[in-house]
Amino acid sequence: MLRRIVFTLLTAITLTAQTPFDRLVNAERDPANWLTYSGTLDGQRYSRLTQITPANAKDLELKWVLQTRAPAEPNSKYEATSLVSNGVLYTVQPPNVVVALDAANGKIFWTYPYNPAPSARLCCGRINRGLAILGNTLFMGTIDGNLIALDARDGHTMWTTPIGRPEAGYSVTVAPLIVKDKVIAGPAGGEYGISGFLSAYSAETGKEMWRFNTIPQPGEAGHESWENDAWKHGGGSIWTTGSYDPALNLIYWGIGNASPDWNGDVRPGDNLYTSSVIALDADTGKLKWHFQFTPHDEFDFDATQVPVLADLIWQGKPRKVLLFANRNGFFYVLDRQTGEFLLGKPFAKVTWADGLDAKGRPNRVGHSTPEGSLIYPENQGATNWYNPAYSPRTGLFYIPSWLDTHSINTSRVEPYKEGNQYGGGSATHEVPALRPGPTNKRLPEVGYGAIQALDPKTGAIKWHFNMMDVTDSGVLVTASDIVFAGGREGYFYALDARTGAPLWKAMVGGAVSAGPTSYAVEGKQYISIPAGNAIFTFALR
Amino acid sequence: MALKSILFSLVLTAVAALPAFPQEGHGFTPAEIQRGGIAYSSFCVNCHGPDGDQISGVNLGSNQFRRAQSDAELIRIIQKGIPGTPMPPGAYTDEQAAVLVAYLRSMATSPRSTRKGPPGDPSRGKALVEAKGQCLNCHRIGHQGTVTGPDLTSIGITRRLAEIEIALLDPSIDIRPENRPVRAVAKDGTKIAGTLLNQDTYTIQILDSNATLRSLYKTNLREYEFLKVSPMPNFRDRLSEQEISDVVSYLVSLKGLR
Repeated sequence: MLRRIVFTLLTAITLTAQTPFDRLVNAERDPANWLTYSGTLDGQRYSRLTQITPANAKDLELKWVLQTRAPAEPNSKYEATSLVSNGVLYTVQPPNVVVALDAANGKIFWTYPYNPAPSARLCCGRINRGLAILGNTLFMGTIDGNLIALDARDGHTMWTTPIGRPEAGYSVTVAPLIVKDKVIAGPAGGEYGISGFLSAYSAETGKEMWRFNTIPQPGEAGHESWENDAWKHGGGSIWTTGSYDPALNLIYWGIGNASPDWNGDVRPGDNLYTSSVIALDADTGKLKWHFQFTPHDEFDFDATQVPVLADLIWQGKPRKVLLFANRNGFFYVLDRQTGEFLLGKPFAKVTWADGLDAKGRPNRVGHSTPEGSLIYPENQGATNWYNPAYSPRTGLFYIPSWLDTHSINTSRVEPYKEGNQYGGGSATHEVPALRPGPTNKRLPEVGYGAIQALDPKTGAIKWHFNMMDVTDSGVLVTASDIVFAGGREGYFYALDARTGAPLWKAMVGGAVSAGPTSYAVEGKQYISIPAGNAIFTFALR
Repeated sequence: MALKSILFSLVLTAVAALPAFPQEGHGFTPAEIQRGGIAYSSFCVNCHGPDGDQISGVNLGSNQFRRAQSDAELIRIIQKGIPGTPMPPGAYTDEQAAVLVAYLRSMATSPRSTRKGPPGDPSRGKALVEAKGQCLNCHRIGHQGTVTGPDLTSIGITRRLAEIEIALLDPSIDIRPENRPVRAVAKDGTKIAGTLLNQDTYTIQILDSNATLRSLYKTNLREYEFLKVSPMPNFRDRLSEQEISDVVSYLVSLKGLR
């Protein structure tokens, strides 16, 4: 009887306080669940589950598939990282359809079919990168500029907060980050000349609690890095989820590029805080420090990558660092307490800069020009929004990479007009920018994709697993030393995290454009990945 | 100066001669125009024809548009279509639509022909294609020929006259991705040749020289390469100037099965 009472109590607790913030902070002790975009708040996407090993990975088999219920839109892509809490998997089918399902068998509990406003404007696909969860509430950005809260038990809408006007290009594609009682998110839309910001919203009411302008307004520090009123449409998008250090109480976030993308002449200056990582006080949103990877960017090199937090022995001493593989082709190590530049090295062919100075500032040797300039890496970057991973066991940082790709970057004078794209030029390249075609007939010298393992202490590439086509897949690494990742060719791989040797692969029949998650239900480890228009989940036989 | 260089110079000259946009004061780059040409071949050519003049009263190659003046207006038409007309909307990104505009703008100033040969006779050209030229040993035209080379049944719709001339006189100058030749050697020494259809990290899909669809596993190959020289012969030395004109005039007349 006592046992039943205890079980009832536990069940009640589970239902009423499904995912308190403590669980998010301590997610590394709870590897059966995947509670945030990166699995843990440090952005490492490192699963401590070890049932699947290099020795038995060959025995992985498909357990379930969930197809999208509606015909896929031509501009949609399935980019959402799934969350898993207490055996329930939450995913977002593009553009904004939330599905709660049984994480062990794929059976649907409920769906939430959000219909975005027709005025939504997306430069790069009608996509969503995932949810956040706190308590019994799910949080989702919408492509028409809203942040909404849903009851995780039935999909009921709790509140809706408009973040920006969709008519002006404001959209929310980022998976929000929960910090304490706040939901951190901001708008995308740099290609439409938005003026970006990162904000904290009350998880309970949706009310904005603080805002940090990624394009500093008059009177704010950094505003002097803009001239000609260019700040009014300066971009600074929020595309990808940041990370959080509870001990320092700092939020870290990568900021999008400056607008217009290719014409820097209309915005003299460094254009802070575009193409930067910022460190904000989690309670106030005040800037603690920033580091700008690409001052006065002219190539669409936004810093739309997950800042990965790690504690390393750096030159003989423990150091809290931030690892950042940037779209501009350089890998960076920063001191995450101070923002001090510690190391920067290219991880791909780079021709727009011939190096970094002692403070990490690039020595620019290439520009977008009216006649077009050939630049490595191409404008989609040496990596992009698809997440990296870091393993404290191997000490390696895993980067989904585009290698040897280039584009011709052309600048043009284009006036700002609300709702129109505000690129100030364009980039042409042979590798399709956003999604693959049905076949690949490109020559190898056009460029290729790879998962690269890099030693963050030196920036040296330790191994690379090359693919014929490029990859938009995120990476996950496990405590049993397996790297999971996919690519545009439609393969989903398990690689040896120490050597890069392929251990297993599955053909999922569509491009992998999301990050994997791993979780456990009743003691069985699963690995789940969206691909094409479906989500595929594998476990051992 | 080699023919290749001449042709290349012609192309460059055409590109360099492109007018800046009078409405907006800027031009497009060669790369954008090239990309737009590929998009035009995929999305527009079936209705508008290779020179943009296939629909009565519409001439996209003239750089004069009845319903649009600016690039933005052209982009809007490409994306939204023209209600009440056969021009459909298309799910093009702004960039895709922009490179299409780049190509449309370029058509007016790019040469319709790369040579000054005598006028051609399509009936003589047909005979040359079917006999002396041996074109049907590789190509298909309607129900004749074979499939190892590009299908020419609709070549008059999908390619401009100048492109056909270049393909005859220097077939390696611009090998389109859909015609990429592949050469491979199996581990047992068997030689394999064909046209690339698809590839990934582990496999290559080809139409081989025996017109058989094959999927090659790289682990079974000793070597493979994507060739930059077309298997098609250069007809400059095989046909006279008059014969080249005849063949071109015949190919330009091929508009698909009737």
